[in-house]
Amino acid sequence: MKRRKSSSTPARLGIYAFLAGAALFFLLPLYVMLVTSLKPMDEIRLGHIFALPLQITLEPWRDAWSGACTGVACEGIRGGFWNSVAIAVPATILPIVLGALNGYALSFWRPRGANILFAILMAGAFIPVQVMMFPLVRVLGALGLFGSLPGIVLVHLIFSMPVLTLLFRNYYAALPQELFQAARIDGGGFLRIFVQLMLPMSLPIIVVAAIMQVTGVWNDYILGLVFAGRDNLPMTVQLNNVINTTTGTRLYNVNMAATILTSLVPLAIYFISGRWFVRGIAAGAVKG
Amino acid sequence: MSNVVLRNLCISLGGNEIIRDLDLDVEEGEFLVLLGPSGCGKSTLLHSIAGLIDVSAGSVGIGGRDMTDADPSERGIGMVFQSYALYPTMTVEKNMSFGLRINGTPKAEIARRIARTAEMLQLGPLLGRKPAQLSGGQRQRVAIGRALVREAGVFLFDEPLSNLDAKLRAELRRELKLLHRKLGSTMIYVTHDQVEAMTLATRIVVMRAGKIQQIGTPAEVYERPANLFVAGFLGAPAMNFVPGALGAGGVFAAGGLRLDLAAHATAGARDAVLGIRPEHVRIGHGGAPAGTVSLVEPMGNHQVVWIESGGQLLSALVHDASTFALGEAVSFEVDTARVSLFDRPGGQRL
Repeated sequence: MKRRKSSSTPARLGIYAFLAGAALFFLLPLYVMLVTSLKPMDEIRLGHIFALPLQITLEPWRDAWSGACTGVACEGIRGGFWNSVAIAVPATILPIVLGALNGYALSFWRPRGANILFAILMAGAFIPVQVMMFPLVRVLGALGLFGSLPGIVLVHLIFSMPVLTLLFRNYYAALPQELFQAARIDGGGFLRIFVQLMLPMSLPIIVVAAIMQVTGVWNDYILGLVFAGRDNLPMTVQLNNVINTTTGTRLYNVNMAATILTSLVPLAIYFISGRWFVRGIAAGAVKG
Repeated sequence: MSNVVLRNLCISLGGNEIIRDLDLDVEEGEFLVLLGPSGCGKSTLLHSIAGLIDVSAGSVGIGGRDMTDADPSERGIGMVFQSYALYPTMTVEKNMSFGLRINGTPKAEIARRIARTAEMLQLGPLLGRKPAQLSGGQRQRVAIGRALVREAGVFLFDEPLSNLDAKLRAELRRELKLLHRKLGSTMIYVTHDQVEAMTLATRIVVMRAGKIQQIGTPAEVYERPANLFVAGFLGAPAMNFVPGALGAGGVFAAGGLRLDLAAHATAGARDAVLGIRPEHVRIGHGGAPAGTVSLVEPMGNHQVVWIESGGQLLSALVHDASTFALGEAVSFEVDTARVSLFDRPGGQRL
């Protein structure tokens, strides 16, 4: 088939115009945030929100990081950042290990009733988080974990199980069963086969799971607000507090800087690992 | 070295009974081939010997011990899989030593066994490589090596050559035969390829739908098939089947074809199917014309000539260079001493 050089047909130009428009539409808010965060308040009051800053200042960024008021205290969202790190690290590692273990057990050991267990776990993925909120508050209260770091990590662990189990189960289901049988004949037990054979083979899917989990935990607001407790509030909650705490004028530039700071981690993860992400998803798709 | 004894073995998978009341004795040092079409239960049977499938009834004995419920690793077996099943993240050496490291074999002993196996299978230069860096034939050699280092009493092979191309398959087939002669271990080998079965086996077990059809040396199974299924499954081109009737005097008649089968005279008058191997049909140009040539398939070192006679199509192997034209009238002779006669209906050997 002959391929026409089609970069200049009207249809092509239309497509490019649409794509450029769409890109502009999504980039515009980011642009406004960025320029506003670099302007002093006097310039913002002029009301030209699309104008480039006449005089670039980093003061709002410093303020947002370490000076803005999140209620009574005025220490910026720095504390929230470290709280989020403290939540995200264990709430990524633990669910991945457990999800991989679940998927491995379901794919290879097939305990009696495995399909029923899996179906129940999957059903959990379709129930809205809000429905389970109050019962979970009571359960965590009874366990003495409400409002603590282990508590919020446990909550993230619970809510991540269905999807992570599904992800790993499907990945392992695509591996040849004979691999597992060979390891059984070689004398491998449940944990040894998992640790020495399956985990090293799971790197692509672990990367995908880690991206999903870090992003999900970092962007979470409601679970952090309810379960984390006053000392462990994640960055998203702190951001909300910064924006809603006003004494005198609303500091738009500080708010914008704080917002960008909060979304920096998921953004960075997408930029660094986007290729891995697509590869992992595609690998799963092709192999079933 | 060990023997394997299966008694009243029943295996069900997902509610379907695959194998029922099967008995099988595998002698020490034997190369036993389980042969049958796909879905006949031969792989299932092998997996149950390995302990990878639970049996629903009956017993599995290996080396004189009851292993029915033993863990696969405790049975004293080594196994080679169709897909090789090499551990992709480990080097060839780690692949081979994985099992030994698990059961705590001393380092020096592991090194000795790997060196010995690597030499036997010419794996020396490959020891540091990962499976992805090996060709298909090399992978299967490594898989065989991994089974050998276990120095088990019984080696199980699950269609190990069917993922290889024809040339490599023939090469590895010879290597396996030499290996068996050198080691003298008991080997149980599953295949659907009759050539592998004929060339490798000391005894062949022909299976169909979970049941053993015949057990015997390759020559026995080929020369004296127990029923129509075995007769048709072994041999290429396949055995000619001629349905007809056996007369009281041992004369077999089918359409225009009449053969004097004195050896079968005792069977009495009945309906029967005559089985003739193509190599037992001799075609001549002279004599009374008995059929016409309907197709010639040249194979290089021989040719297969199909002749039509009295409504029957018969294949014949011709090993000399004589040429036959399509539609040519030819005479043929059947080596009546070596034909097989089967019950009709029923298909059992008479």
